[in-house]
Amino acid sequence: MTSVPPCARAPVPPLLDVRDLTVHFTRHAGLFGARAEVVQAVSGVSLAIGRRETLGLVGESGCGKTTLARAVLRLVEKTSGTVLFDGQDLHALPPGELRRTRRRLQIVFQDPYASLNPRMTIGRAIREGIEIHGLAAGAEIDRRVYALLEEVGLPADAFDRYPHEFSGGQRQRAGIARALAVEPELLVCDEPVSALDVSVQAQVLNLLADLQARRGLSYLFISHDLAVVRHVAPRVAVMYLGRIVEEGPAEELYERPRHPYTQALLSAVPVLDPATRRPRIVLPGDPPSPVNPPAGCPFHPRCRHPGKDETCATVKPQLTERGPGQRVACHKASGAAREALREERHA
Amino acid sequence: MSEPVGPDGTPQRPRTADAEPGTARSPAPPANSGPMTARSPAPPADSGPAATASPAPLLEIADLRVTFAIDEGIARAVDGVDLTVRSGETVGLVGESGCGKSVTALAVLRLVEHPGHIAHGSRVRFEGRDLLALTERDMRAVRGDHVGLVFQEPASALNPVLSIGSQVAEVVRAHQHATRSEARWRAVELLKAVGIPDAEKRADHYPHQLSGGMRQRALIAVALACRPRLLIADEPTTALDVTIQAEILELLDDLQRQLGMAVLLITHNLGLVAERTQRVYVMYAGQIVEEAPTDALFRESAHPYTQGLMAAVPRLDQPRRRLAAIPGQVPPATAWPPACRFHPRCPLAFERCRTEMPGLLSAGDARRARCWLVEGGGHGGTEAQGHGGAGGPRR
Repeated sequence: MTSVPPCARAPVPPLLDVRDLTVHFTRHAGLFGARAEVVQAVSGVSLAIGRRETLGLVGESGCGKTTLARAVLRLVEKTSGTVLFDGQDLHALPPGELRRTRRRLQIVFQDPYASLNPRMTIGRAIREGIEIHGLAAGAEIDRRVYALLEEVGLPADAFDRYPHEFSGGQRQRAGIARALAVEPELLVCDEPVSALDVSVQAQVLNLLADLQARRGLSYLFISHDLAVVRHVAPRVAVMYLGRIVEEGPAEELYERPRHPYTQALLSAVPVLDPATRRPRIVLPGDPPSPVNPPAGCPFHPRCRHPGKDETCATVKPQLTERGPGQRVACHKASGAAREALREERHA
Repeated sequence: MSEPVGPDGTPQRPRTADAEPGTARSPAPPANSGPMTARSPAPPADSGPAATASPAPLLEIADLRVTFAIDEGIARAVDGVDLTVRSGETVGLVGESGCGKSVTALAVLRLVEHPGHIAHGSRVRFEGRDLLALTERDMRAVRGDHVGLVFQEPASALNPVLSIGSQVAEVVRAHQHATRSEARWRAVELLKAVGIPDAEKRADHYPHQLSGGMRQRALIAVALACRPRLLIADEPTTALDVTIQAEILELLDDLQRQLGMAVLLITHNLGLVAERTQRVYVMYAGQIVEEAPTDALFRESAHPYTQGLMAAVPRLDQPRRRLAAIPGQVPPATAWPPACRFHPRCPLAFERCRTEMPGLLSAGDARRARCWLVEGGGHGGTEAQGHGGAGGPRR
C-alpha cells in the first residue's frame, strides 16, 4: 500500500508531524453542571506520517483516538503541543490560511452521514468542496464530480440521488469521493469501515488501497479493529487512555507485541481458525476514566505483567526506542517480558 | 451433599422442584409425527464435541418463514429456515446484516412485532413442545424460564428507570414464586456470578450508571435468572470493546458449563463462531445456505458465499494482502433474486443457478450447502442425514 519503508522517513520531513499533543476538555458534571471535571482525552502524543505512508492507530473506545484525529485537523483546539502539516503549525494559523491548508487534509468518518447532508444530492455534496476552494469552474466542475464517482466505484446516476438511496458501503464511497474532491494529501480515516458488513468492508478497504497507490495519499487510519489495521497499515500505534503505549512496524507489533496492553488486546481478538486456541490474557476491570487517570503508568491497575512493581504505580513510562522504529512506553518491556508472561500463563 | 459451587464460590442453587410450571413439559413430547421429531435414537454419527450432546434436540426450527408487509412490498425476511440445537451445544448462526438471523431469533420467542408475521406452516419446537401453538401466557413462561435472550444493545434491553438488582429480582419473582427478599438475594448472587464487582451496592445502580460491559453483564444476569436450557445470544458483544468482549465470552462459557445450557450464538463475526461454537449455520438472503460442524466449515467451506466471506475477512494472523471482496450488495428482502439467491454475486454461477433454486444438499460429513456445485454428494432434499458420504465441495 505504501512504498516508503517505515524507518526511511528520517531524512525527509514528514507530511504530518504531531509533537507532544495534549487535548484536555472541561466537562460539567453533577447536578446542574456544578462540578467541573477535566477530561484528559489526549496526553502528550507524538507521531509522524510521511508522504504515501499509512499509520494505523488502534485503541478501544474512550482511548482518545477520535479526539486525536480531530485535533490533527484542528476541529478541536489543543491544550498544548504542536501539529505540523508540511512544516506549518496548524494550530497557529490565522483563519484564512487555516482554511487553505485544511483543504490538504480531509477526514472520512465511520458514519458517512456525518459528512453528507441528507437533503443534498451526492453530486452537489461533492461539488461543494470544489467550488468553495475554487479548484475548477464551469462545466469542469461537473466533469470532475463524474470522474470522482467513477473513481470510487459509484454509478454516474448517483450524481442526482440522495444519500438515503444508497447502501452503507455506497454511502461510504460517496463520503470518500467528497473528501477527495478537494485533492487532499492526507486522509484521516476514523473507523471508515466499522459500520460495514464484512463483504462490503473488503470492497472499501481495497478502494482505499487503490486510491493511495493512484494519488499518493497519506492515511492516518483509526480503528478499534486490529485485523483491519493490520491489513492497511505497515506501521501501527496503539493508544490507551490518551497515550501512545506502543508504536512500530506492523510485523513486529503483531508478531512480537512488547507492551502488556498490546499483548492483551491481540490475545482478545478471536482468530478465524478453530484449531488454534490461543491463551487469552483477560484484563481485569474496565479501563479507568480519562477524568482521573491512574498515577504512574496509566495501564498499571489492569496490567498482568509479572514484573509489575512500585515504579509502575508512580512513574509515568515514556515512549522509548526498543528496536528499529519500535517505541514502547513500559518500564518492564523487553524481549524477555513476553516470554515471562507466557510462562506465567502456562504455570 | 452441599450445593454445587461456582468458580468464585457462588452457590449455584439448583432449581427447586416446585419451580417447574405445571405445563406439559415432562417426559414424552406430545405425540406427533412431524418430520423433524422422527430422529433416530442414537446420537448422530458426526465427530466433534456435538456428538456428546443428547440425541433429542432441544430446539427444532423447521420451515420457519417470517414476512413483513412494508411499503416496498412483502419482505420475506426469513424464508424456510431449518435449524436444530441440541442440549448443551453451542450453535452459531452467522450472516451479514439483513440476512434474517435476528428475525429468526425473535421468531423462536414469538417476539416478531407488527408488521412482521410468522407464516402458517412454520414449526418451532422446544423440548418437543410446539411454541407457535402455545397461548401467550404459556409462551411467557417459556421466555425467561426456559429460553433466555441477550441482545446486542444492553442499554435498550434494560429498563432505564429500574435498578439492575430489581430487574433481575423481577424475573426471579415472575418465574419462580420467590419472596421479595429471596428474589433480591438471588439477584445479588446472580450479579456476582456474572462478575459484577461489589454486587450488593451495584444492585441498586441504574443502567446508565454502569459501563457498557457491566450493562451487558447485568443483561446476562437477567437472561440467566431462571437458569434457562437455551440462551439465545444475538450479537452479545458487538457493541463492546474487544478486551471486554473476551471477558463476557469467557463468562458465558463458564456459565454454560455450570448450567449445562445450550447457546444459539447469532453474530456477523466469523472469529467468534470459530472460537465459540461446535456447529454453524450460515445465512444469506433469508435462507440457510450452509450448515456444518465448525471445524469443517473453517477447514473448507462448501458454499461460495461462505468461501467469499472467509476470504473477505481481514485476519490478524495473516500479513497484508488484498482482500477478496464479494462483488455487489446484499439484495433487499423484498426482492430476493430468483433461483439461487446468491447467483448474481457468485463467481461460480452457471446456468442452473439462474433458473432453479438449490435445496440444502448434503456435502458429506454432516455438512449441507445450498449450492448446485455440491450436488456430487448425491443427496437432495432438506433433511439432515449426518452420514459420511463421499463427494463434497471438491472443485
